[in-house]
Amino acid sequence: MEILMSILAGTLFAAGVYLILQKQLLKIVLGTALLSHGAHLFILTMGKLNRGKPPILIEGIKDYTDPLPQALILTSIVISFGVTSFLLVLAYRTYQSNKTDMMDQLRGTDDE
Amino acid sequence: MMSNLVFLPIFIPLFFGALLVFFNKKQKATVNISFLVVLLNFGVSIFLSYHVFSTGPLTLETGGWKAPYGIILVADKLSVIMILAVNVIALTAAIFALSSVTEKMIEHYFYPLFFLLIAGVSGAFLTGDLFNLFVFFEVLLMASYGLIIIGGSKHQFRESVKYILLNLFSSILFVTTVAFLYSVTGTVNMAQLGERVGQVEQQGILTGIGILLFIVFATKGALFPLYFWLPKSYIVPSPIVSALFGALLTKVGVYSMLRVFTLIFSHKLELTHTFFIWIATLTMIIGVIGALSTSNVKLIIAYNIMPAIGFMLLGIGTFSAESLAGTIYYLVHDMAIKAALFFLAGLLVWHAGTSNLKKMGGYIKTAPLMGWMFFIAALILAGIPPFSGFIGKYLLLRGAMDEGHYIAAGVGLLSSLLILFSVIRIFIGAFWGELKEEPKQSVRTSGLAASAVLIAISILLGVGAEWFYPYVQAAADSLIDPQIYIDYVLKE
Repeated sequence: MEILMSILAGTLFAAGVYLILQKQLLKIVLGTALLSHGAHLFILTMGKLNRGKPPILIEGIKDYTDPLPQALILTSIVISFGVTSFLLVLAYRTYQSNKTDMMDQLRGTDDE
Repeated sequence: MMSNLVFLPIFIPLFFGALLVFFNKKQKATVNISFLVVLLNFGVSIFLSYHVFSTGPLTLETGGWKAPYGIILVADKLSVIMILAVNVIALTAAIFALSSVTEKMIEHYFYPLFFLLIAGVSGAFLTGDLFNLFVFFEVLLMASYGLIIIGGSKHQFRESVKYILLNLFSSILFVTTVAFLYSVTGTVNMAQLGERVGQVEQQGILTGIGILLFIVFATKGALFPLYFWLPKSYIVPSPIVSALFGALLTKVGVYSMLRVFTLIFSHKLELTHTFFIWIATLTMIIGVIGALSTSNVKLIIAYNIMPAIGFMLLGIGTFSAESLAGTIYYLVHDMAIKAALFFLAGLLVWHAGTSNLKKMGGYIKTAPLMGWMFFIAALILAGIPPFSGFIGKYLLLRGAMDEGHYIAAGVGLLSSLLILFSVIRIFIGAFWGELKEEPKQSVRTSGLAASAVLIAISILLGVGAEWFYPYVQAAADSLIDPQIYIDYVLKE
């Protein structure tokens, strides 16, 4: 199971990196969303996938599900959700004011 | 009870920042409340520093969860020095804001975002948990995303998109790295990490994780070759925002490196820290070349952030008690002087009505005080004795020489000269000669006052080095021996 999850996370990373290397702003934003999904799945996998076990740590009990990665993911999901929505609005405003959404045209000169 | 004190430097700006959202249409009230809050927070940080230096570090275990299980906040000597420096910057920024923050900026939530930034930076300095460090990074970045686009001009949008995308990417990398570290060591508490890295069998994986973390912090701190986003995005917002970014944001990256690479990843010095020295050297070179390449006043100052970061990294790479003290000294000095220079550059650009150095000239007649302050600030930045830059650079370079890093030390000396040249160029170009164009507006008094306070602090740090140095040395000593921190946090 861990291996499958790792492959999935890796695929998400690959697709995300491919998208952020594009020129169009919207594709880049989608790329960062995929990247953060990959990162979240990765955190989940790193805590070892243990099904049907209680998430507690009492002395003597060896078999348990680690609750910490899930707490970490929840925090991270909320953050990336907020940043992505902000980024979408910003991308739209950038497109409106600069009249382009291609990164290679979003360049400036020194004298501004 | 005293341990709750640790929370206050985060809580006060967070609480009042949220409260001020309701007052965005009431300009006077917002400005007055903000000033009081900044003063209050400054008072608290002085008390916290006094307490830590007289009775030892403080920790707060939030929710009563004992370390290493809960989220903990740790105020040790290094943290309180940084908190104090942040609040000095916040205070001077509040003074500068009196005349530079327009009604429109207040309406667009300048003050709430400003306080959120302060809360995030303070949190990053106080946390004792690697994941929590990521969360506070996000808090301060989120505030900075808001601050950078206040004004909403075309080029602000253009540059902030790049700034945000790059920071977002490095944040994702940060989470991934924390996950790696968690799977290898089973903890995210920094003290426990420091304890466990020595016990991990496969040290190679740890070194890899260490380098990944370095890439994250290098992106935040604008080190070679990850600096390209910095100069342009730091000059597009209002001068006060540029000053806050220049003084605080990159320094959080340096602080994190200082913490992580002394406490956790100090097991493979010959590999990681030698690598740091090369990166530091290249950063200095690229930074000064950038500063010399342009005639945009703001851009010259923004490029000058990079050699300073290079100097600090040189201290971390050298890794001796003396060089770490140098790094901390330089960190505090650089926060003050970068804020002062960004303030002065902003005042100059307003005064001249352009940021192009070639169109300026002769302003010493219309703004003598600003001119001479700029001159002193340039000397402080370059590290001319007896100012504060000299003390930091002396410690760093002597540390590097003692450990045999002659090339890096030589480049450091040479880049100091070029830094002086690049900033004096502004002084010569803008203030000497005949008046080319009539100034567009008179110099804003509160802006000058804020710069004067920062320059006075820098002079005090230099002239009074004998008083301040013992504190910095004590902070560096506790960094070089991570066992003190580990024992204290885990209460063994």
